[in-house]
Amino acid sequence: MQKLTNKLKGNKLAQIILLVLYVVVTSLSLYLAQASVTAFLLMLFSLLLLYYTELPVRLKWLIAGVVLIGVIPFVSSTGPGYQSYMEVATVVGIYVAMALGLNIVVGLAGLLDLGFVAFFAIGSYTYGIFATGQAANFMPFGSFPLSGNSFWIFILIGCFAAALFGVLLGIPVLRVKGDYLAIVTLGFGEIIRIVFNNLDKPVNITNGAMGLASVQPPEIFGYQFVYPNQFYYIVLGILLLVILAVRRFEFSKIGRSWKAVRENEIAAQSMGIHLVRTKLLAFAIGASFSGMMGVVFAAKQTFVDPTSFTLLESITILVMVILGGMGSVPGVILGAAVITILNLQVLTEVTNYLNQLSLDGVISFPEALSPAKMQRFIFGAILIVFAIYRPQGLIPAKNPVFDEESLKEGSKKHKKEQIAVEPDKGFQA
Amino acid sequence: MSILTVSNLTKQFGGLVAVNSVDMTVEKGSITAVIGPNGAGKTTFFNLITGVYQPDKGNVQLGSTSLVGLKPHEISRHGIARTFQNIRLFSNITVLENVMVGLHKQLQAGIVGTLFQTKRVREEEKQAQEEAYHWLEYVGLAQHLNEDAQNLSYGAQRRLEIARALATKPKLLLLDEPAAGMNPRETRELTEFIHRMREDLDMTIVLIEHDMKLVMEISEQIFVLDHGEKIAEGKPAEIRNNVKVIEAYLGKSAVTPA
Ligand SMILES: Nc1ncnc2c1ncn2[C@@H]1O[C@H](COP(=O)(O)OP(=O)(O)OP(=O)(O)O)[C@@H](O)[C@H]1O
Ligand SMILES: [Mg+2]
Repeated sequence: MQKLTNKLKGNKLAQIILLVLYVVVTSLSLYLAQASVTAFLLMLFSLLLLYYTELPVRLKWLIAGVVLIGVIPFVSSTGPGYQSYMEVATVVGIYVAMALGLNIVVGLAGLLDLGFVAFFAIGSYTYGIFATGQAANFMPFGSFPLSGNSFWIFILIGCFAAALFGVLLGIPVLRVKGDYLAIVTLGFGEIIRIVFNNLDKPVNITNGAMGLASVQPPEIFGYQFVYPNQFYYIVLGILLLVILAVRRFEFSKIGRSWKAVRENEIAAQSMGIHLVRTKLLAFAIGASFSGMMGVVFAAKQTFVDPTSFTLLESITILVMVILGGMGSVPGVILGAAVITILNLQVLTEVTNYLNQLSLDGVISFPEALSPAKMQRFIFGAILIVFAIYRPQGLIPAKNPVFDEESLKEGSKKHKKEQIAVEPDKGFQA
Repeated sequence: MSILTVSNLTKQFGGLVAVNSVDMTVEKGSITAVIGPNGAGKTTFFNLITGVYQPDKGNVQLGSTSLVGLKPHEISRHGIARTFQNIRLFSNITVLENVMVGLHKQLQAGIVGTLFQTKRVREEEKQAQEEAYHWLEYVGLAQHLNEDAQNLSYGAQRRLEIARALATKPKLLLLDEPAAGMNPRETRELTEFIHRMREDLDMTIVLIEHDMKLVMEISEQIFVLDHGEKIAEGKPAEIRNNVKVIEAYLGKSAVTPA
């Protein structure tokens, strides 16, 4: 095994061939053995393999694009499991975007936020209220529901609404640090949910606990998005932009400021970094991703109510970030995918399987250990194992590597401009 | 010409007066030392100048601008940079990035420019990397550029703190015990380096230091704090023979033989 990996290292052609082989085999097995969860998971696993190949970044993106846009939807499209797979993939995409948003706040800026789902709720309600008759209750003009054509604009509106709330919540919240920050954000998350739950009087804005039903499906040029396989592409599109954005932020002045604040607030400030502005920016940008996905979520579910935005959701997203690797974009993507698939697919399948066994009388479970109850238990056990054996996360965060030669060249001109130093005589120990 | 003027500066922590009505004038281009026994209030004094703490009374003036009430990042923008007694690096990012943070205040990149990676932002970023590398060369850490800051040796971490401070292009550099934990050879090199920095960069340097050899060798003016109060100031030769100073360091019995 060791030998094999050594041989593969550096041999790009072999890597490509193996990868393609893998994709073909898993595709075929998914194509032929329909509704096989294992085959579907193995298929998704190819993306992880792709990440670990040493191919040029552009080629990786190209292959990922082909697999995500073409191969996965196509090979699962023929069987009865099609929509449920696409549903899983769509939900994974939504969670990945949220986890990437939270990763900015927690992983990069080091601000522990336990109420992150609030921004998702804001996105959902933004679209939910205007894409149902609800808005007619308080809007003096216009006719509601707005048509599904407005969905696309609402992605942007949801993005900005969430960012705005990120700033509004941030201003009072950022007076406290560390553990206290976690508690205050937790409180804010709950407040938002409770406000949505009770904002049906005096003016009925959110329809309270009843929720908003029959949200208009997205529509473009008369084409309606109703099924998971259609939403899959919307989510994929937004997700792509989100990943591009976080990557660019991460290795920019803004991202470095976040990390500096995370590492040492006092030092960061004395280097001229505006503490409050930097933190608010992290809150706003992190929140904006959730806001966009909230809009998609409302449209996909066609129903919005406060029970989708509980503390458990916030914690689940946080777990994705921590499990994947705080501050690590590939890690967080993997973390979000693993947790979502675990919850939606693997654990439910295991439960179904065990239930079937006990129905058939093969084994019998005592009431206290019924498979449905075991599901949470297994989930918790898995988290503990990961926390012990991979405390840095599945894919730990990596720092950029700079090319010394090109910097050496470039730094010469600074020497001429500013000072004549003899670097070799520098302050050497 | 004076660059820093401190008058009547006072800071209390509960009942403890950490800095008590201190006056101080620092000449432009000078190397000035602040010394005193442990707990004398030296670090607190630096923290008051750099805005980490707000003074209860008194004034701090850089050139003709008063710094009282300003936040640390604003004071940094006025041209004061510092290092810390208990090293405060950005431990989990690379050495080069640490220095780049020092360059941030001269970078223009905003949200939109970053998202679209405009030509200007890319060029600015590249420039910043080169300039940061230049500062690493200046302090002799260039070969460590891609290491995490926390993996550097202790002496190298101190040098990195200086490089990071220099990147902000300060007029006034405050060094809090730069030689702490260094061996005699490293201390000697540091002494030479501080001299060179002042020549090369046209800076004023104020340093807190316990190593008396270094202090006497390097400083043109010395201020002595004890229990928050300034008990003496003067040239090294004057301080060396000052009764109050010897008393503060060695106790009364050292000067008034029983
Ligand atoms: N944030 C604070 N809260 C309460 N007391 C403080 C605080 N900062 C400093 N002090 C106290 O103020 C006094 C002066 O401390 P300071 O750190 O300025 O001393 P110093 O001269 O730098 O000493 P050393 O040489 O040991 O570094 C000490 O008694 C210290 O305990
Ligand atoms: Mg001190």
